[in-house]
Amino acid sequence: MTAADLAISDSPDGRRILSLSGRLDATTIRRVWAEARNAIAAAIGRPVVVDASKVDYCDGAGIALIVDLIAQRKPGDVQVANLAPRFETMLAQFDVREVERDQDPPPRRRGTVEELGAITAGVARDLYDQVAFIGESTAALGYALAHPASIRWRDVWRICERVGADALPIVALISFLLGVIIAFQSAVPMRRFGAEIFVADLIGLSMLRELAPLMTAILLAGRSGAAFAAEIGTMTVNQEVDALTTMGLDPVRFLVTPRIIAALLMTPLLTLFADLIGLAGGAITLASFSIPYVTFVHEVEGIVDYSDFMAGFVKSFVFAILIAGIGCLRGLQTTAGASAVGDAATRAVVSGIVLLVAVDGIFAVIYYVLDI
Amino acid sequence: MTAEPSTGDAAAPAIIQVRDLGVGYAGVPLLEHLEFDVRRGEIFVILGGSGSGKSTLLKAMIGLLEPLSGSVLIDGEDMVTASGDARRAILRKIGVMYQSGALFGSMTLIENVRLPLEEYTDLAASEIDLIARMKLWLVGLGLFTGHLPSEISGGMQKRAAIARAMALDPMILFLDEPSAGLDPITSAELDALIVRLSRNLGVTFVVVTHELASIFAIADRVIMLDRRTKGIAAEGDPRKLRDESKDPWVHQFFNREPEPLPA
Repeated sequence: MTAADLAISDSPDGRRILSLSGRLDATTIRRVWAEARNAIAAAIGRPVVVDASKVDYCDGAGIALIVDLIAQRKPGDVQVANLAPRFETMLAQFDVREVERDQDPPPRRRGTVEELGAITAGVARDLYDQVAFIGESTAALGYALAHPASIRWRDVWRICERVGADALPIVALISFLLGVIIAFQSAVPMRRFGAEIFVADLIGLSMLRELAPLMTAILLAGRSGAAFAAEIGTMTVNQEVDALTTMGLDPVRFLVTPRIIAALLMTPLLTLFADLIGLAGGAITLASFSIPYVTFVHEVEGIVDYSDFMAGFVKSFVFAILIAGIGCLRGLQTTAGASAVGDAATRAVVSGIVLLVAVDGIFAVIYYVLDI
Repeated sequence: MTAEPSTGDAAAPAIIQVRDLGVGYAGVPLLEHLEFDVRRGEIFVILGGSGSGKSTLLKAMIGLLEPLSGSVLIDGEDMVTASGDARRAILRKIGVMYQSGALFGSMTLIENVRLPLEEYTDLAASEIDLIARMKLWLVGLGLFTGHLPSEISGGMQKRAAIARAMALDPMILFLDEPSAGLDPITSAELDALIVRLSRNLGVTFVVVTHELASIFAIADRVIMLDRRTKGIAAEGDPRKLRDESKDPWVHQFFNREPEPLPA
């Protein structure tokens, strides 16, 4: 079978003749297509005949070429002659004028002001959703605590294992390194003043009040918050959430409450663990600066009191609710499409971390005002 | 690609040859020693009850599943052993419509159809655009080219998936349950489209379905898979099988008869 070719001629009566020949398919017609268009454009005011008598084969791409040539002029100006009946049948399936024009163009781009308005409305809607979700979750949690038998404890223990025990190694590693790095970075300059003993104070206060609860929460937001969003998001896409609703079961009670309870149980425990491991990291580092472990412990005991410990510990409960709540909310907000679950997980992590940092700031102000 | 229109006749040469094929999962065979040919230009339907291995066989034929044994020759080239450019050359000859449509959710319908044309041809963007638009017109979606898959119905998604499978005018189109979940009118339109493409362009169709109305509307030939024997229970013209087969299971299948209740 021959490749696509085009011969251009003019008949005695002034018509431009385009003789197509060979095989017209997507891999052969590129050159022919451009030449044929140019030939029609050059024959200004003259009728054109596309002679297809030598076309051996013409698939969908070849038919597209013929359609395009017909559409170059007003109706009737370009005639197609001698197209084999089987290809003629394919051509007859299309209304040239309709196919040539894009009937479903992409929507026009919004102006800057409109775009700003849409973003603002989106943020406001998201805030509204978050507030409404907090209300729903609180009500569901209150009901669950008043009726412990209604809690799906098997789910709670399963989620506890994933949120708590499975996260232990990474929480331990990060908090240990945090203790080591802070101790080392502080001890080197402070040694010049003979003040390296006060590094123990620094580590004790910063780990217990701030770093252990915040770092643990950020780790859990990246790990468990994303997992909650992905898991519930997949259930939403698979209509499992719809199935719960149509069974008359509240998705918040079934899906959100166990996760919030599990996070409430595990986040403070992990925070305690991070406190200890962080202090251990600091103690080991300071030991290399000739500060014995006993001295380190005495120093920490002297500067850190019960209120410092509680300042960090209380925060971890609030962080737990934020992490689980935002993860579940993003999961329930999942829309359709291949990227929807990934988007839900990303949004859970981003908004989770933003909220954690914001709430941590609010706690700092409150503690300052209350002189804690 | 053939220049001849579809005949669906017995004299047409085989375009797919399945030889001693065994398919299954984790070494456990679902089907064994399969031998059949698909002729050029025919509409070939794979039938069977649930769990009989229809979709597994289809996966092996399109190279998504490594068979346990045997070979699948597509236009003379073995899909099982081919790799690299040879495999890509075989894949260029086939188009596949998956049961769920499998459209790319982040792309509009026309972008879905444009994708194979952009990757496999050197045509200009406007030319690719026109071809893609025509494919979508062909399946009745000319007014939805700019829609995302999530914005159209399941039936429309299937039609768009057929348009994408046809983008490069392949020699063979594999369709997995094309009529499932469609209303009777849309299903009949889809059947008519399949027959038209086969008769006018000589496209060979391999269709997995158990919609009886579709089978009688489109099939030139069928094979019926039987999970009990792990092989082919019957092969031939579906109308003849329905009217003449002495096999009780084939009779039961074509006449939609339930399993008899235990005494």
